[in-house]
Amino acid sequence: MSDAVTWVALLVACAVCFALKLAGHLVPEHWLAKPRVARTAALVTVALLSALVAVQAATTGRALVADARLPALAVAAVALALRAPFVVVVVLAAVTAAVLRAMGMP
Amino acid sequence: MSVATGLYGVSFGALSVAAGLSIPQTVALSLLMFSGGSQFAFVGVLGAGGAAGAAVATAGLLGVRNGLYGPQVAPLLRARGWRRPLAAQLTIDESTAVATAQRDPAVGWVGFWWTGVGVFVMWNLFTLAGALVGDALGDPRRYGLDAAAAAAFLALVWPRVTGPGSRVAQVVAAGAVLVALAVTPFVPAGIPVLLAAVVAIVAGFLVRPPAPTGHDGTDDARSDADLPDADHPDADLPDADRLDPEGSP
Repeated sequence: MSDAVTWVALLVACAVCFALKLAGHLVPEHWLAKPRVARTAALVTVALLSALVAVQAATTGRALVADARLPALAVAAVALALRAPFVVVVVLAAVTAAVLRAMGMP
Repeated sequence: MSVATGLYGVSFGALSVAAGLSIPQTVALSLLMFSGGSQFAFVGVLGAGGAAGAAVATAGLLGVRNGLYGPQVAPLLRARGWRRPLAAQLTIDESTAVATAQRDPAVGWVGFWWTGVGVFVMWNLFTLAGALVGDALGDPRRYGLDAAAAAAFLALVWPRVTGPGSRVAQVVAAGAVLVALAVTPFVPAGIPVLLAAVVAIVAGFLVRPPAPTGHDGTDDARSDADLPDADHPDADLPDADRLDPEGSP
């Protein structure tokens, strides 16, 4: 993707995100206060983030791939279960993958 | 909170550059989008080779949550004129959590602005620092930055699928993973993540809504916005259905 396309996508995405924030301040409260809306929005967040975990950890392009990212993700999960802070989780995953690759794992 | 935000910003900056964005693009995202989950998703989709439209749609869908915070904080802020777009831009997980945790609306007002401005400054400074570090590192795979991106999304979703009352969220998470992986060989990059969102929309309409308790689901954030959980943009404001005792049978 060219740099210009990336910039356009970036600015459009920023405008969309800002419009959503502003809409929350402008629309009447009862429109958004329906429990089903709030529940669905929360579940959409969970689904998108979960799918991103899967895509980032186990795919390359259109191929399903099992490489050093999977054990790194397992280490991250253990760190999260132990209530490690965000940056520790991320760094542990990076170090795990880097070490495994240095040892020859793809 | 500021230190946590800063470290989180370093992660974003480094991963954004690793995903192929330039330093100015990375900085612009933190200034203009200012919503951690949406930002990580945007660079994640582009980094995985996804189309621009898919990246915009994913970031936008993750930004819907901020729109739902508006009605919670707007009555506290009563912002008018130029202050209203400013308040909107600062309406994120942390500022909403702090503002709505206060009993006194005046304290909530101070909490919103202090938290919003504080997080904004830290987030942007450390995004730049992270982008410079990521740029200096070079090949992202060698340093495991691709694995770090997966771990970042896991950390973002973790508080939403653990703890009491999160069974529906867990089922949705598992369904989303299965759908995303199952369709990956057949559709362009970026689309699997969007298709996974369909799982959530279906679940949101099928699951029995909470019994009336005198308040709506979004109000739960008001009663349980604990500060240790408000560490970084987008990760931590408790979801309504995690906390609603009536929400998940």
